Amino acid sequence: MSIQEVSGELIEDFELFEDWADKYEYIISLGKDLQSMNVSDKTDDNIVKGCQSQVWLTARNEDGIVFFDADSDAIITKGIIALLVKVFNGQSAKDILNNDLTFIDQIGLKEHLSPNRSNGLVAMVQKMKTYALAFSK
Amino acid sequence: MSATKNILDTHKDFPTLKRIINGKPLVYFDNGATAQKPQLVIDRINDYYQNENANIHRGVHTLSQDATSAYEEARRKIQVLINAPLEEEVIFTKGTTDGINLIANGFSRGFLNSGDEIVISEMEHHSNIVPWQMACEYTGAVLKVAPINDEGELIFEAFEALLSTKTKLVAITHISNTLGTINPAKDIVRAAHAKGIPVLFDGAQSVQHMAVDVQDLDCEFYVFGGHKMFGPTGIGVLYGKKEWLDKLPPYQGGGDMIKTVSFEKTTYNDLPHKFEAGTPNIAGGIGLGAAVDYLNRIDWKEVHIHEQGLLKYATDQILQIEGIKIIGTAKNKAGVLSFVHDKAHHYDIGTILDQLGIAIRTGHHCTEPLMHRCKITGTARASFAFYNTKEEIDVFIAALKRALKMLL
Repeated sequence: MSIQEVSGELIEDFELFEDWADKYEYIISLGKDLQSMNVSDKTDDNIVKGCQSQVWLTARNEDGIVFFDADSDAIITKGIIALLVKVFNGQSAKDILNNDLTFIDQIGLKEHLSPNRSNGLVAMVQKMKTYALAFSK
Repeated sequence: MSATKNILDTHKDFPTLKRIINGKPLVYFDNGATAQKPQLVIDRINDYYQNENANIHRGVHTLSQDATSAYEEARRKIQVLINAPLEEEVIFTKGTTDGINLIANGFSRGFLNSGDEIVISEMEHHSNIVPWQMACEYTGAVLKVAPINDEGELIFEAFEALLSTKTKLVAITHISNTLGTINPAKDIVRAAHAKGIPVLFDGAQSVQHMAVDVQDLDCEFYVFGGHKMFGPTGIGVLYGKKEWLDKLPPYQGGGDMIKTVSFEKTTYNDLPHKFEAGTPNIAGGIGLGAAVDYLNRIDWKEVHIHEQGLLKYATDQILQIEGIKIIGTAKNKAGVLSFVHDKAHHYDIGTILDQLGIAIRTGHHCTEPLMHRCKITGTARASFAFYNTKEEIDVFIAALKRALKMLL
């Protein structure tokens, strides 16, 4: 599936939630389901500096297709990361770089992109794109 | 002066507290970060810009004289509030951080030499650490850190043992923003003065909880910001004993802080203007004066009883929740409740509480060395002001239980 298709499905999922609690419960469950990273991968190099919760991210390149591995010590942050990983995993570096992230707004999580949320999400997206950029060269 | 206000009646004076956040009435427990402003303060700032705006000092026209009077009147109000002996000992700053930087900058120009020492404590806010590190870097002085115990109290004997002939200043927080610990300010001054050492208190967290009397404390410097005492942001106060302020060099150069200027030689203005270069935050100063007017209508004894009641009630309630640990259990503690949960991250707790209309603070609270001491990455912190109520704590506790149910 393309980034468009995966994010389209997510937008549809989120439209079904009647209130904030359902939405957050879903994000939390995504966080719980995302496989934890190996402790050995949780290095300083892989840390995405967010102010409050710690976020780790690695990526590997298989013939121009990018795969991410990520974790956080905060479960909501981890859930949001899981969303991003769901959307960008297995996509081409070029498509990742070209995505404008409007799907985050469309699923109603725009507030998590505001800088004072301090959850490292902005830095997280930047780091994903940085990996994609490195792999696209 | 108007009659004393009933403390339980103050909530309605603060318009922001009437907000609906995410569909719920706001419960504002982030007073340690900044306090809300009473209508009186908002109106005063508005009125200044509507009717009085002019640059102060030296203007011959009526507007300028009105603005100057209002600004200088605010200084006198602060003087009375903190019981400073002299009006010129009240210096307007941008805030607590600015006040500490002013003193650190002054000390590093002629008052600190290589090998001299400055004593702080393990519970300091970054703003009472970093300016001293910068001063040390510049002068070769050394920063000494007095330790705290597991309850979050200063280990007094260890603090005293750090004081020596090398110590040039003790700079310590009056109330810890993260732990709520109220430090034994008078004992600290007594111990330092016994060795001829001046003392600076970071009063950022004190002025909203208690009546501060600088003469009773007998400290050389006391700094605080306006916004945590129900006044505007961008304005703060440095109180300093005149003999010290006279001998410290000016912080910034510019207009207002000079007596005469020529290319060969400039002479500096008298206190307080010597430390107030440039056009100040006039509206901020006048707004802060209005905040003092408001505070003059409340009874600090009543504030103390009310806030201690809130703290005890919240502490008792929160400890009934499994997995909660309170960070900061000093015997003498202000209305600050910092906590961690053994399974839920403070960030997650804060995020869910926000959805339920409750504003708390999460993170390291600008006290990273203290977090290292406690071996944690951060806490969730509820900090109370006199306008908060027991009912709000009930809402907070119920919301916290709901958040934990969702998160675990």
